[in-house]
Amino acid sequence: MTADAAMASKGGWLTRERTIAEPGFNRWMVPPAALCVHLCIGEVYAFSVFNKPLSLLHSTVGADGVKVPGADDWSIPSLGWIFSIAILFLGLAAAFGGAWVEKVGPRKTMAAAAALFGGGFLVAALGVSWHQLWLVYLGYGVLGGCGLGLGYISPVKTLMSWFPDRPGMATGMAIMGFGGGAFIASPLSVWLMGIGGVAFAFVVLGIVYFVYMMVGATIVRTPPKGWLPAGYVPPKQSKGLITTANVHVDQALKTRQFWLLWGVLFLNVTAGIGVLGQASLMSQEMFPGLITAAAASGFVGLLSLFNMGGRFFWASTSDYIGRKNTYTVFFLLGIVLYALVPTTGQMGSIVLFVLFYGIILSMYGGGFATIPAYLKDVFGNQYVGAIHGRLLTAWSAAGIVGPSLVNYIRDYQINAGVPKADAYTVTMYIMAGLLAVGFVLNFLMSPVDERHHMEAEAAPSRA
Amino acid sequence: MANNASGTSNAKLYLAWAFVGIPLAWGIVMTLINALALFQ
Repeated sequence: MTADAAMASKGGWLTRERTIAEPGFNRWMVPPAALCVHLCIGEVYAFSVFNKPLSLLHSTVGADGVKVPGADDWSIPSLGWIFSIAILFLGLAAAFGGAWVEKVGPRKTMAAAAALFGGGFLVAALGVSWHQLWLVYLGYGVLGGCGLGLGYISPVKTLMSWFPDRPGMATGMAIMGFGGGAFIASPLSVWLMGIGGVAFAFVVLGIVYFVYMMVGATIVRTPPKGWLPAGYVPPKQSKGLITTANVHVDQALKTRQFWLLWGVLFLNVTAGIGVLGQASLMSQEMFPGLITAAAASGFVGLLSLFNMGGRFFWASTSDYIGRKNTYTVFFLLGIVLYALVPTTGQMGSIVLFVLFYGIILSMYGGGFATIPAYLKDVFGNQYVGAIHGRLLTAWSAAGIVGPSLVNYIRDYQINAGVPKADAYTVTMYIMAGLLAVGFVLNFLMSPVDERHHMEAEAAPSRA
Repeated sequence: MANNASGTSNAKLYLAWAFVGIPLAWGIVMTLINALALFQ
């Protein structure tokens, strides 16, 4: 059989069989493949840069030189739905597409994510050109959101299969890319809009992201069955929370541990996302006259850096101190820092304020990056991608609850006559309370009962 | 199969990391420059 015939017998280029690594493949090629996808889909965090230009597509310039929205221009609240729909479909695609991802492997999933995310931009560009908001919802929100969800979970299991010795670090690298995507997308989008407007920017971004993600799909490889890294000896018996067994994705949902981890992720994200969404306003109101709007923008950028760095740092650290201990640090340290934030405002210390929030946001990102390895420890590697997808519904729920909670409490405080500088004090104490609940849930984590385990396969052997 | 670069050339490995590392580094530098306003 010729080499071509042998390849053809493995099926099309996108099939799982065609992604199995040849001898001599370097596993350090896989993190860049994952980053190709996550750096692109992380753009979603920067989507707000389009809101104002999208609200002024038919604007006129007033006498004072300021743009005035046209009668049929889209309102900011109606544009806010684009991001919300995208996050909703991210959660849905991750939850319902996880089993498909397990079946078809990383390359087909990455290619599907590239087509959906890149194609979503193109459909949204049509919506902008024809001034049809529903097309933007459909393009960026629905199609792009599905691309986000599939892209987010596509490399997780593959990375942990290549790095069974350091699964936290491996997934931390990819998920760090999701946090870092906005750093690239934000200035790039502004630059493109300056050249040719919003529709032009959408078209270019759609094409660039599709190509970039397809590079990831091209270089990704899965390890051959039974492959283990040199020098790594897998544990023969379950130890503590780390199991050597596997739990099926449908069975995982019937375990107490899945819902405990759902609560752990939900509470960690709720506390962080609420603050992240209000960081600019909060910093200006807590330090009136000291932090300007421009400085607040810098503050948000700095928090995003901590968010990104924390994803790699904490996930890597979890390989050494364990996942449960890592989350214990998140919750205990988080309680202390949230409780101390109002004091930094009263002291007028911007440095301490930035430092405390930086650490808080590093643990917010760290929570996202550590959870895949936590799931692998508890449920095994076989269905970890699909289980991770289902667990990400906690993210969608937290995305609604967190910002609402912070906004509601702030408004309630101000309406009750509390000065703006102090309006966040109660919020911080409530966030500390949420983390205390998260600490209890994490404390209750225990190994999954054997009755949930799948039948054991032959133990892996070194290739 | 080992985790060293016996079959994947170093050039390919460096290229792959540069492909993702350079845009990310550029984005981080831009963000840090903007963040300086916080302490001015």
